[in-house]
Amino acid sequence: MAARNRFSGMSRAPVRRETVSAYLFLLPALIFFVGFVIVPMVMCLFTSFFDYTMTDFTFVGFGNYVEMFKDPVFVKSLKNTAVLVVVAVPAVTAFSLWVASVIYPMRPSLRSFFRCIFYLPVVTGTVAVTVVWKWMFNQYTGLFNHLLKSASLIDKNISWLGNENTALWCILLILFTTSIGQPIVLYVAALGNVDNSLVEAAEVDGANKLQTFWRIKWPSIMPTTLYILIITTINTFQCFALIQLLTSGGPNYSTSTVMYYIYYEAFKLYRYGYGNAMGVILAIIIALFSALQFKLAGTGKAD
Amino acid sequence: MHSNVGSKNKLSYRIFAFVILIILTVLFSFPLYWIITGSLKDAATINSAKPEWFPTSPTLDNYVRLFKNPALKWLFNSVLISVAAMALTCISASMAGYVLAKKRFYGRAFLFSLLVCAMALPKQVILTPLLKEMAFLNLHDNLWAVILPTVGWPFGVFLIKQFSETIPTEMLEAARIDGAGEFRTFTSVVLPIIKPGVGALAIFTFITSWNDYFLQLIMLNSKAISPSPWVLLSCNPR
Repeated sequence: MAARNRFSGMSRAPVRRETVSAYLFLLPALIFFVGFVIVPMVMCLFTSFFDYTMTDFTFVGFGNYVEMFKDPVFVKSLKNTAVLVVVAVPAVTAFSLWVASVIYPMRPSLRSFFRCIFYLPVVTGTVAVTVVWKWMFNQYTGLFNHLLKSASLIDKNISWLGNENTALWCILLILFTTSIGQPIVLYVAALGNVDNSLVEAAEVDGANKLQTFWRIKWPSIMPTTLYILIITTINTFQCFALIQLLTSGGPNYSTSTVMYYIYYEAFKLYRYGYGNAMGVILAIIIALFSALQFKLAGTGKAD
Repeated sequence: MHSNVGSKNKLSYRIFAFVILIILTVLFSFPLYWIITGSLKDAATINSAKPEWFPTSPTLDNYVRLFKNPALKWLFNSVLISVAAMALTCISASMAGYVLAKKRFYGRAFLFSLLVCAMALPKQVILTPLLKEMAFLNLHDNLWAVILPTVGWPFGVFLIKQFSETIPTEMLEAARIDGAGEFRTFTSVVLPIIKPGVGALAIFTFITSWNDYFLQLIMLNSKAISPSPWVLLSCNPR
């Protein structure tokens, strides 16, 4: 019924005819989507109710979910993930907007130069960049210790990644440099799309720079901001390669995230059911976060 | 922050911004510089406590050693995975995205919301079941096990749908009146219009697939078929 309402103005026969051709066009994408996204998703949900290991497959109801919240390592991983998201997402968004608005008015050649620079970590490849960062943080041969020692700010080498208090912040710094490239490029493009006549009109009416920004530019780059917020949130929640390469979740689980812990339980301890249950929880958290951001950005626009 | 204040403040703000940009430039380009110069140093220099800022005695030994291994084969695997994922994604996503934007058919709203919901979920979450599925399909440790899930990801469909909204409906009708079939309309009217979108999707898919370390780590075991990021790791002392 809903369908007929939406297609009002069209007779039903063309809709029916279009349905056949439309599904033929959709077929290739649907095969991949259903086969390699929907089927595993359903399997993930289904097996999360089982004690599922290499040898075992018994129904335990919500057992995995109950165990999860009693598991101190999971709670710690959840807390670390929260720290990463709460610090990295606003920092990446605000900072990329600042950098974009600084480099946007520059000469085109200079603008391209900075855009390339900030995109470098994206194209160099996560693994390669992470290997260099790992060396920079190294306790004995690392660059940071060498520089700090030469400046005689420290007299004993710091074990950046081996210390519970510093390891997570080192990861945050690297996460920051690897995730800021795309937002900057997107923001520079979005600033270019702002209607210039509106900006000029506001300036003629005596608006200062700050007012022009908040009243004219900010609303028109809102869709980009929303996209960046959501993409950065999802990427931060899924932060895995960095952690696996740099610390393997240590020391004493101080850098373990939910994603890393899922990997650890499912692929190191072969507890698939438990890992999948954590995956379901992570998916729910991310969905809630995305919905919240949509809502907040939506009210901002209505203002 | 810097609007109706004196020009002196404005100047100091600009200097401040410039200094920050310089620091960031160093921070962002240093890893790449270090990878390139590091490739020309011998092992002792790289691991010494005192960093050598510029390779004083460059050597090509590392490259000689690299090409004694099947390095070209690894690189080829990476290229193969990324190009295959890119081509399949662009073809399937441009067809599906166009139809979702411009056709009215039963199940359209449901399908679109399903795609968007799936996109919001972390794709690593489904990796365990995906591994089982690939084992079931006899594709474990096969390059296709890395290509197929990348193509299934609905982001491309979503992106092309957004681009296809701009196609003028009159042009599609004109093509139909001129006697073009559905497929002909797609190739000669739709594709030229959404070309920038497909280009962006191609670049995006290539980079994602090239860097998808997690997927490669889990799906591929044997060194013979490993792509380059994966092999890079095995050179890295843990």
